[in-house]
Amino acid sequence: MHAAPAGESSGARPRSPAPARSGTQSDRRTERVLGALAAGVLGLIALMTITVFAKAWPSFSHNGLTGWFQSGGDVDQQLREMLTSGTQGGHPTYHLRAWPLLWGTILTTGLAVLIGIVFSTFAAIFIVEFAPAPVRRVIEPIVRLLGGVPSVVYGLIGILAIAPWVNHHLLSESRKSSVEYLVQLAGSNLSTATLILTVMITPIMVAIVSSSLAAVPGPWTEGSAALGVNRWRTIWRISLRTARPAIIAAAVLATARALGEAIMLSMVSGGRGFAANPIDGITFLFEPVRPLAATIVQNSEALSAPSLGRTLYAMAAVLMVSAALLSLAGWAAKQPLKRYGIRA
Amino acid sequence: MPPPVRRIAIDRPPRVLPPSANGAGATAAGSPNPRRRLARPPVSDVIERMRIESVSLAYGARWVVREVTLPVRRGEVLALIGASGSGKTTLLRSLNRLTEITAGATRAGRITLDGEEIERLEVNELRRRVTMVFQQPNPFPMSIFENVAYALREENHGIGLGRARRRRSRRELEPDVVDALVRAGLYDEVAADLDHPALRLSGGQQQRLCIARALAARPEVLLLDEPCSALDPLSTATIEELIVGLRESVAIVIVTHNLQQAQRVADHVAFMHLGELVEYGSSEQVFDNPRRERTREYVSGAFG
Amino acid sequence: MATRATPLTAPGGAPLAGRPRDSIAAWPLADRLGYLTCWAAGIALCLVTAAIVLFMLVKGISYLRPSLLVQSPQGSLDQSKAGGFLDPIVGTLLLTALGTALAAPVGVALAAWLSEYARPAWLARTVESGVEMIAGVPSVVLAIFGLLVFSQGFLSFLSQTSAGGSVFGKSFFAAGGMMSLLALPLIVSSTREALAQIPAHVREASYALGKTRATTIWRVLLPSVRPNIASGVTLGMGRIIGDTAIVVVLLGATLQTEGAGGAPLLSTLRGTGSTLTSYVYTNSPTGEGNAPQKAYAAAFVLLMLVVGLNAIVTRLSNGPRATNAERSPLRRGLRAVRTPWTR
Repeated sequence: MHAAPAGESSGARPRSPAPARSGTQSDRRTERVLGALAAGVLGLIALMTITVFAKAWPSFSHNGLTGWFQSGGDVDQQLREMLTSGTQGGHPTYHLRAWPLLWGTILTTGLAVLIGIVFSTFAAIFIVEFAPAPVRRVIEPIVRLLGGVPSVVYGLIGILAIAPWVNHHLLSESRKSSVEYLVQLAGSNLSTATLILTVMITPIMVAIVSSSLAAVPGPWTEGSAALGVNRWRTIWRISLRTARPAIIAAAVLATARALGEAIMLSMVSGGRGFAANPIDGITFLFEPVRPLAATIVQNSEALSAPSLGRTLYAMAAVLMVSAALLSLAGWAAKQPLKRYGIRA
Repeated sequence: MPPPVRRIAIDRPPRVLPPSANGAGATAAGSPNPRRRLARPPVSDVIERMRIESVSLAYGARWVVREVTLPVRRGEVLALIGASGSGKTTLLRSLNRLTEITAGATRAGRITLDGEEIERLEVNELRRRVTMVFQQPNPFPMSIFENVAYALREENHGIGLGRARRRRSRRELEPDVVDALVRAGLYDEVAADLDHPALRLSGGQQQRLCIARALAARPEVLLLDEPCSALDPLSTATIEELIVGLRESVAIVIVTHNLQQAQRVADHVAFMHLGELVEYGSSEQVFDNPRRERTREYVSGAFG
Repeated sequence: MATRATPLTAPGGAPLAGRPRDSIAAWPLADRLGYLTCWAAGIALCLVTAAIVLFMLVKGISYLRPSLLVQSPQGSLDQSKAGGFLDPIVGTLLLTALGTALAAPVGVALAAWLSEYARPAWLARTVESGVEMIAGVPSVVLAIFGLLVFSQGFLSFLSQTSAGGSVFGKSFFAAGGMMSLLALPLIVSSTREALAQIPAHVREASYALGKTRATTIWRVLLPSVRPNIASGVTLGMGRIIGDTAIVVVLLGATLQTEGAGGAPLLSTLRGTGSTLTSYVYTNSPTGEGNAPQKAYAAAFVLLMLVVGLNAIVTRLSNGPRATNAERSPLRRGLRAVRTPWTR
């Protein structure tokens, strides 16, 4: 670029760094192009958010913001009515009280994450601390494999193998008849759905927690051992404390995944918008539910219908807001730990 | 033409004496072993705490320590000196069975604590009675109070299922924590900040915190593995004074590769070379009148 | 003097003691319970995975016949008798290729911009959060948004238009476009992390030779993170293959791939079809078809695809990095730089 022209004597003046000619221009061009691309992707995301909320607004405004979230009547019937309802004087005549769907979402997601995080933490401790070396080598690909299984395969196993088993072995006739007037109990119910959902979100949590446990600084655990604290207590008081940000992050990520799980839940959760009642005791575990995401998938053909379509967008909006609130909560939960030197 | 080579000479300032060195440490800068022991209060009685008898240690097929016999007494500081690879750190770590954490480590010989073989004791109980402070300060990611109270919270009280742990309240623990911090010489500096994160302390303060943490459960023996090698001279001096003061209540074994530190601090010195105990004796005898040729070479700086 | 081979007896002939002695039997009850729970959790994890894999293996082998792989699905009422799932397989491959082809360049470009330029700062932070947001959005929401977008008039060329003038909005293009959003965050994060690991002196060396930033990225940095890009892309492909919601909503759910219009490839892409995932969904008791055996077979094929992809990712993250790490990044990077002095 700055070579002396051929033929000049080698004893010429020393070359001084000359400014690059077109380099800066091409740099600026590339930066503008890439920046525009980034802005474009951002615009798409923003468009998605705005559109979903815009389409969702009529549903909220029609039912009232508090009314939408309450319970009142049979949600499935209300959804069906929306397809057939017309307008009266320019206003749609349907109404929706979506509490059963919300409660189903809260139940399945909450229970799955609770059980899952406890189970995953213990499994992660096992993998990092107690597993013999050959077992540890095998477990890592196993966990990754488990995480890669498509949700429809989980759903298939659930609906074709687990649900009939539950129906046959765990549900007695007397239990079914006891609530017959209200709802039909079958193998596809809350417990089956929660169980499979737990298995689905476990790999994420195990991976995050175990990598954080493995990164606990050696001097801390050695110092604890030298003070006469046994291995389990060292894990409990030092390693888990250091891994707490990771556990929180894992729980947040798993909750986001569980919230968005539509296909498996639509196959296995019972398909009825029913608000499972904890007061029912053990029967509560066998009642059908249908979370929000599953509802959207099951009614997806009707997206172009005015009332039902807007309702589905309203459900999507609720899901998106929950996911955003979730990451905010996770971020907030990690802040106090930074003070003591535990960095996520 | 390349510029001419210039010889660079650094004028070395005279060595800084530790604050409370003997006045008689009048030191000729050139003399090989000037006597510079720290002023120390006399100790009423010296009791043997641990006895190391013909101990040999191996990692896999490689011998690291061979046939070492030493006493460890409360009331005196025992310094293990030697070049790198002499096995002194391994010997130290075998005293609280930390060598067992490494796979493939084997030991022969007897080590007794108050007459009991440490093999027979439960390992965590042993480590509560024989605690260790490491080379790099390693305070836990908690507050200062929680660091010192760490071992205290683990004590069994024989309640409930026979070996249950009782949760002690902060008020119960506070006197012990304060006492440990006082003995470690740190209380004055952190009295108002006991709940602050321990990682915010300076290096010297962190090491003193580790000493306080080790002292909290009132151990019988304190093992120090080159505790000052990562610290500045001022912190080093503070900790050395501390060590000399603590020897009355706790038996102290210190590993150091710094000969002058051993001279300042130790009452008895054990010189190890390539795994074998070459010489053991009082610090005056080893440094001023070494009996063995190897010792003489080492303390005069011929190798190491 | 200090070294001796086996056998290990003490110099005096005394026996050696050496087993670690933190005997768990001496722990308090609570600690022992904790230890057992960890073992139980670990064993349960292995058992569950083994159960799933074995179950699918058994069912798949018993129901999968080679003829299923090469026959198209027939539109008969009794699904269990007729046809195979060739079209769904083709659909899966097509959709994955489309989604990856869209996501990979955009993802790598985005990662390069975030890592090397990132100006203005507010835009960079927002883009970062936006990409993370996509990673957290349920695929159903992406699907219904996609339907909205692709039903607009100006995008009608990407799918079919019915006689009444309303855009169908469901086609391979539509599904592929939304699938690329699924894979995007994975590619961006893999590439970004890898780019962040390149030490600063590689970039400095390239600038010192007079190269522009663009050339540095294109010829020095990106080639050196090729394995990481590949593993990110493979992870994204795994995610695309496994997704059902977008397919169910955006692919039109016809059993066979039905093209639209005349052009050979374009017609298929503008048309509708199905993938393995939607095929399994439809043939399960939840969908309309009632052929659980075919559903098992298709699910088995799906699982094999995913397992294969996982194996590739494992090999990519363990294999080439071992050899690449031997060469210093400086040499690797400088090798790609061309100046008037190099020949």
